[in-house]
Amino acid sequence: MRSVHVRARAGAVAAITLALTTSCTLVGNDDEARTADAPGETPSSVVLVTHESFALPDKLLRRFESDTGLTLDVRSSGDAGTVTNKLVLTKDDPTGDVAYGVDNTFASRALDAGVFADSGVDLPAGADAYALEDGTDRLVPVDTGSVCVNVDTGWFDQRDLDPPQTLDDLLDPAYRDLFVTPGAATSSPGMAFLLSTIAEYGDAWPDYWSALMANGAKLTSGWSDAYYVDFTQGGGDGDRPLVVSYDSSPAFTLADDKASSTTEALLDTCYRQVEYAGVLEGAANPEGARQLIDFLLSPEVQAALPESMYVFPVVDGVALPPDWARFAVQPDDAYEVAAADITDNREDWLTTWSDVTSR
Amino acid sequence: MVRRHLTLAGLALGPLLVLGVFFVVPVAGMVSRGFVVDGSLDVGGVLEVLARPRVHRVLWFTLWSAAAGTAASLLLGLPAAYALHRLDLPLRRSVRALLLVPFVLPTVVVGVAFRQLLGEAGPLGFLGLDGTPAAIVLGLTFFNASVVIRAVGAAWEGLDPRPGEAAAALGATPLQVLLTVTLPALRPALVSAATVVFLFCATAFGVVLTLGGLRYSTIETEIYLLTTNLLDLQAAAALSVLQLVVIVVLLVLAQRLRATADPTVQRVQPRPRRPRRSDAGVLAATGLLLAFVLAPLLTLLAGSLRAGDAWSLANYRALDTTGENQALLVPVTEALLNSLRTAVDATWMALSVGLLITVVVTRRSQTAAERRVRAGLDAVFMLPLGVSAVTLGFGLLVTLHSGVLDLRDSPLLVPIAQALVALPLVVRTLVPVLAGIDDRQRQAAASLGASPLRAMLTVDLPAVRRPLLAAAGFAFAVSLGEFGATSFLARDDRPTLPVVIFRLVGHPGELNYGMALAASVVLAATTAVVVLAVERLRVPSVGAS
Repeated sequence: MRSVHVRARAGAVAAITLALTTSCTLVGNDDEARTADAPGETPSSVVLVTHESFALPDKLLRRFESDTGLTLDVRSSGDAGTVTNKLVLTKDDPTGDVAYGVDNTFASRALDAGVFADSGVDLPAGADAYALEDGTDRLVPVDTGSVCVNVDTGWFDQRDLDPPQTLDDLLDPAYRDLFVTPGAATSSPGMAFLLSTIAEYGDAWPDYWSALMANGAKLTSGWSDAYYVDFTQGGGDGDRPLVVSYDSSPAFTLADDKASSTTEALLDTCYRQVEYAGVLEGAANPEGARQLIDFLLSPEVQAALPESMYVFPVVDGVALPPDWARFAVQPDDAYEVAAADITDNREDWLTTWSDVTSR
Repeated sequence: MVRRHLTLAGLALGPLLVLGVFFVVPVAGMVSRGFVVDGSLDVGGVLEVLARPRVHRVLWFTLWSAAAGTAASLLLGLPAAYALHRLDLPLRRSVRALLLVPFVLPTVVVGVAFRQLLGEAGPLGFLGLDGTPAAIVLGLTFFNASVVIRAVGAAWEGLDPRPGEAAAALGATPLQVLLTVTLPALRPALVSAATVVFLFCATAFGVVLTLGGLRYSTIETEIYLLTTNLLDLQAAAALSVLQLVVIVVLLVLAQRLRATADPTVQRVQPRPRRPRRSDAGVLAATGLLLAFVLAPLLTLLAGSLRAGDAWSLANYRALDTTGENQALLVPVTEALLNSLRTAVDATWMALSVGLLITVVVTRRSQTAAERRVRAGLDAVFMLPLGVSAVTLGFGLLVTLHSGVLDLRDSPLLVPIAQALVALPLVVRTLVPVLAGIDDRQRQAAASLGASPLRAMLTVDLPAVRRPLLAAAGFAFAVSLGEFGATSFLARDDRPTLPVVIFRLVGHPGELNYGMALAASVVLAATTAVVVLAVERLRVPSVGAS
């Protein structure tokens, strides 16, 4: 009796284990082949590791594939921070050949960890201005964009109130309860804004934040929450006319006649972000990786960056889309904090910031 | 004796293997990186982290917010479980399906909908709840009340009403009947539901960040920040260990509370009865829950139907595109198909493994040691619910890349991860029912010449069919809504709907935001329809009493 029992059960176990391990699933295993190139052969694919904001027109990606004969495999997840940390954690066995999206706030962590190999890419004119002091050979600038306080100009016009201009102005009681920003600990534009204040006030930045919070600043977890829920021009029913966003945001808030934008970036409050690409140390296809970086720097991709990823090209002589040329104004002189300083102090800064803002 | 143990081991082997490869190895791999600093073991550093005052604050907030969320979910969920499973209400199946919807909605979208209601400028702004712990608890309740309704409702449905009726005939008030007859009989299911809800609340992530205005941290949000932003693996490992300890303590407590002297219950399938006047309170509470669930959903629906300042279907029409300025790599409609395909796989995986586990842990033990082993197994499979998705996600990346375990890029990884998350729900739904079957029924069947398989078909299957369907609906819904692990593992050319929604919300452009809302409504509707269809599959019982 019992032995029948055991056999019947064992059979069931075997059946289920089999079911789990074979591919009788709906997601299937149809393109297993392209993920594994046999050693010794010329790799037929190149794997790009990037953040989830990565987007380029399909046509361009197809052209890259037909020009090089390589299959492009894009793996994107998380933000710049997640990508960097993923690269650091998997550096002994990288998940791809190229990484794109490590920015100047995370660059030195990735460089220190030895994630990137010498890229061997020649920088086109204009791009060199955005190169890092240390590690130019390994990290290639691809795009730039600034994080600035944005203002709903109509809101201030209606009330005959001059909008603020500088970080100092945000402490003015006239602007009490009008400002919203994504938090530095959970959002990369939030972090950029914190860096603006650190660049401006040095060691006294916690005092600035205390005063800012005392003046009714609101914190949200992410950019979308601040912009869509709390900002007056975000399409929702928000009631705060000052928000931390990008220098390109005004190009997306055109008035009905398309002749003007309802918002403006405050150019004295900006922090400049630069995003880099690099060949990963231990890449299976370093040659393909180099070709992909050249492709990212090509005039076609550089021209597509604004509409696809809301960032500015770094290469000279690339035309901007018309709305951008008119309404997305880049700051001449943005705040900067050295990459190495950020890596050394990020944890202290964020801990202090969390303490100051949750009081 | 030896055979018995072999059977136990044989049955447990498959599920344990799955859990080992896809859970234990990755989590251990990630945590060990925090313990080993520069090649040498550094336990002191981890202990130091645990002594920080901030960690104590975080632990305390996690415990109390999860406890409050669990209590509120039980308070609102129990009357609804009763009303929707025992009373003959019109549309009760549809309402049950509707109430499961919050469970699958992406927190990023619900968070925004909640904030539109509770925020300074919202219709409920006068309550001043935005950014308070109360808002967090409300959010947790919104997501988890459906777990209580489903898990407890399934048990309540098959509960014999006669003991209660007898007590009432002997003069017990309805409250006395509830406290002395009904709730004790439901205790295993109640404790099961509460445990699962507590784990969900304690590991909630988006709700805490969005609704708490960054002022409150839980262990889960802290692990996320430490891992993805600061790469402070030592502190993250310390918190992961803390999280595990909290969960193990909880599971041991739950095991104690759940254990009854005699888990056997008389299974009947009483017909739902017409509501009476005395049900007014229960119906009012159910109505309150419905209103509470509907308010954010309606905000969402209204938002999805706006384009500019006018009502329009533009956001829905755009769903077969990749959004404004190519925000997406594949159209939303394709993501929906991916989601459905993945959910089918995740569901059968969770059901087959879950059924095996349930059989193992519910068979009568002959010795105390055997009972402890079975109880231990039961608890082990609850662990995936209580461990940070970030730890698991990064863990899978750093461990699954060599030899036979080179699964990092396998398309199967997503359904497997989702099945792991759904597994505890499946087990918790099935265990109370199978445990309630009197073993003598199987023995009787065997003595009449039935093979074990036949005994299973005639004794176990009829009792377990309904809960199994409930569990299938649950697993499907979990898979459709899962975001944490999926966002780590999903491949770009095969994103699921929640992943796509998250992407749309993060991209500037009014259409993208509108599409995110429309896609959320589609996700909600799909879930409701599928859950409803699964419940319709219920065929009249064969061979039941």
